[in-house]
Amino acid sequence: MARGEAPTTVEAPFDDVTVGVANAVRELEEVTGRRLLDEAGRLIRPARQGEGVDAYVSTSSAGGGLQMLVMGVVRSMTAESAQRAALGAGAIVMDTICSNDRRLLYQQIQRIRQLRPDMILLAGGIDGGTVTHVAKLAELVRAARPTARLGTGYRLPLVYAGNRQAREVVREILNGLVDIHEVENVRPVLEVENLGPARDAIHELFMEHVMAQAPGYDKLKTMTDAPIMPTPGAVGKLVEVVAREKGISVLGVDIGGATTDVFSVFQGKFNRTVSANLGMSYSVGNVLTSAGFDNVARWSWVDLPAVEVRNRVKNKIIRPTTIPHLLEDLVIEQALAREALRLSLEQHKEFATTLKGVQIRRTVADAFAQTSSGQTLVNMMELDLIIGSGGVLSHAPRREQAALMMIDAFEPLGVTQLAVDSIFMMPHLGVLGEIAPEAAMEVFWRDCLVPIGAVVAPAGRVKTGRLLLKARVERDDGSVEELDLVGGELVRVELREGMHARLTLQPARGLNVGEGRGRRCERRVWGGKVGIVFDGRGRPIQLPMDAAQRRQKLLQWAQAIGAFGQ
Amino acid sequence: MAHAYTPGLLVRERALIRKRRMLPIRGKVLVQKGERVQAQQVVARAELPGNVQLVNIAHHLGIEPSDVPAKLRVGVGERVRRGQVIAENVGLFGLFRSVVPAPCDGEVEAVSAVTGQVILREPNIPLELTAYISGEVTEVLEDEGVEIAAAGTIIQGILGVGGEKYGRIAVAVKAATDELTPERVPADAQGLVLVGGQRATLDAYRLAAERGAVGVVVGSFDDADLSQILGYDLGIAITGGEEIATTLILTEGFGRLAMAERTFSLLRKLEGREASINGATQIRAGVIRPEIIVSSNEPLGEVEEQTITETRVGALVRIIREPHFGVLARIKALPPEPVVIDSGATVRVMVVELPDGREHVLPRANVELIEL
Repeated sequence: MARGEAPTTVEAPFDDVTVGVANAVRELEEVTGRRLLDEAGRLIRPARQGEGVDAYVSTSSAGGGLQMLVMGVVRSMTAESAQRAALGAGAIVMDTICSNDRRLLYQQIQRIRQLRPDMILLAGGIDGGTVTHVAKLAELVRAARPTARLGTGYRLPLVYAGNRQAREVVREILNGLVDIHEVENVRPVLEVENLGPARDAIHELFMEHVMAQAPGYDKLKTMTDAPIMPTPGAVGKLVEVVAREKGISVLGVDIGGATTDVFSVFQGKFNRTVSANLGMSYSVGNVLTSAGFDNVARWSWVDLPAVEVRNRVKNKIIRPTTIPHLLEDLVIEQALAREALRLSLEQHKEFATTLKGVQIRRTVADAFAQTSSGQTLVNMMELDLIIGSGGVLSHAPRREQAALMMIDAFEPLGVTQLAVDSIFMMPHLGVLGEIAPEAAMEVFWRDCLVPIGAVVAPAGRVKTGRLLLKARVERDDGSVEELDLVGGELVRVELREGMHARLTLQPARGLNVGEGRGRRCERRVWGGKVGIVFDGRGRPIQLPMDAAQRRQKLLQWAQAIGAFGQ
Repeated sequence: MAHAYTPGLLVRERALIRKRRMLPIRGKVLVQKGERVQAQQVVARAELPGNVQLVNIAHHLGIEPSDVPAKLRVGVGERVRRGQVIAENVGLFGLFRSVVPAPCDGEVEAVSAVTGQVILREPNIPLELTAYISGEVTEVLEDEGVEIAAAGTIIQGILGVGGEKYGRIAVAVKAATDELTPERVPADAQGLVLVGGQRATLDAYRLAAERGAVGVVVGSFDDADLSQILGYDLGIAITGGEEIATTLILTEGFGRLAMAERTFSLLRKLEGREASINGATQIRAGVIRPEIIVSSNEPLGEVEEQTITETRVGALVRIIREPHFGVLARIKALPPEPVVIDSGATVRVMVVELPDGREHVLPRANVELIEL
């Protein structure tokens, strides 16, 4: 498995994305020693006598990705379904406008006009439901006369995925103004969400319209063996397939320079959210602002004045491609990453819910449980696998640092496996899955995922120094290790990559590791670069209030895991 | 990595500068190809569609949406005045008359029998586009805008706030390492682009603004001070829309970084000349840097277009991350093998010679090329 990279050439003086592609391929040639390009700089296809490739696939995040405006009737129902469809397709949702919007009509119109989205998704009404509300939304679009962000020569695409009975009315109102594409309703009845057709239409239009504005795209299109997908859309497809094939709950996170994407599959339901303002370079200033200085500083064992930290963070946003050279810079960067990940998961939990507005048939027992529709699907105890992706996780100098960042930020409960994407291959495998699903899966498990290991964290009230858990680790090679986990401690047990172990966990009274409070739990886990981490720090993780003591504690934990060597 | 390059900020005394001036919507271009224009001259004009008001006639008159067209007193395309009756419903025997007045001056754009709404569009808003730089119109994009080219000096900054301004360059400090403090702000700064050296203090910036300076150009600024000016924390480097009278341009970054000597001496050479400045910055795909442009009268054909510099041994670079942030150094070697650096990461590095002659090894990502 090899990787080549080159800076984008979408801008002047090149104005051709394929130049960058050729540059990256040329680097691959250097690394692999295999000739891939012909004299004219074109990919040699199909492969012949030790040169060329069988297939070439591509994803794109050109021009800052696909930016969409979403519209629906009721915010928590059709508008939310439409939002899920757009996010699932890999879009950045710039705004959601709905009939029960708090903004005044003229404010909504102004907003549509200002946004200049790449595409609009208009939903609303169940089939046979309201026509008037949908027509009113269409009239808002008409009044705003939105123009596309890229290029002036084409009409803005609008995907209509609302009430079937309102199609004609929408057509009448918007005819000639936007390019309408009708698909099945995202919410045909209140109890059912049907996101697939809208998602596919968005992908197709992204290819046809939006990407077509990127310089050199026409050339790129002739080079690929599968349609070009928006990068996050491709990652989502892969996460969905992994969860389905293994029958597990998965949380995937891709922390990039500008945004953080969170993907999850719980109870078989796929969800994706984009925290558009939380990233590690372009938008790292927002992480500091959103989380607050103290929340970031709590993860740093380096003592630096606040003014200095602020200036360094802001210098990163204006020089986003630089990397930490000094250890203290790395510690600050990883502290920021923890907060970006934590906030992104919080946003994801709020969004990934059961359908709202659906009547639930209750039994007498349910009446006491006080549950309602719109509960979050994200259940950290139920979660089987966390996959981390993005530079700060994938390229952390030590895998132990990536493990600690994910554990601190997500606070998994019970037994959870951890992995990172080795070289940001998930998007490419997502597209490869379209033409060679088996090959994509094999590469995913063998080369894309770097297994980190597992984390065991009891849920419940944790007291420092008190026994939380008795654990027995039986490795496949016959070796056995037993340990007592004490409150406030972090313990690492070795379980090498490629090995498996059987865990027998007996939590103390009142604590749960997966089978209920105080109940014994058995799990089989795979090993990795870090092995098994037993986390007795409680949830939320308890940090000393005193700054000096906290730094001391953070160093202790980092040493227990081996995050910064000795 | 023969193709690697890290574009630095443009600091060129003689450059061919091209600016595309585009209307946000179609309008009228007022100049011809080949014409010479001045920075503040209007080159294109458009009319932005006015705001719209949705008037729910069905609701006001208490009738079905499908009955609305029959009750209207105005037609699509017709102009109306504020208060003018646009719909009327008369009950049996002429009793119970109810009317809907127009909420604003405007034009009836559409009527819907489905929602019972009328769309009223207010009068258009005129918009004028100036040339921004003095130069020659090299291309006219019909109804959309123009391209203006000029020979002159261009200096890009790393970050700015505030939009396009025009003013005379005045250097307020003696050296690139000097701070711009309140004492150094001239008593009459009206219309000036004030150049400082290292950083500007918040008080100095405020005083310059108070005394009428249109711009302040300095090496660096404290992030906390910038938040004071903006009223919020800068989360991402996308700026230009701030409504401030004095555009601020930083050439190096945040903290206490002296202005690069080359930038400073060039600005000193330009003292007294009229400059076009813009603080607008977008650090993302399609990067936009803040800039200071001074046009000259030199013919266009005699200046070279911008070229791409490559990372090679002997090239001059600026270090853009700690340690040695801001220091100029010369590349001594580009070892191909990745090296473990202080943070523990294994990365591709370069060996540079610092001004005092010492060697320093640093990640290739942490420098920017200096054009000569």
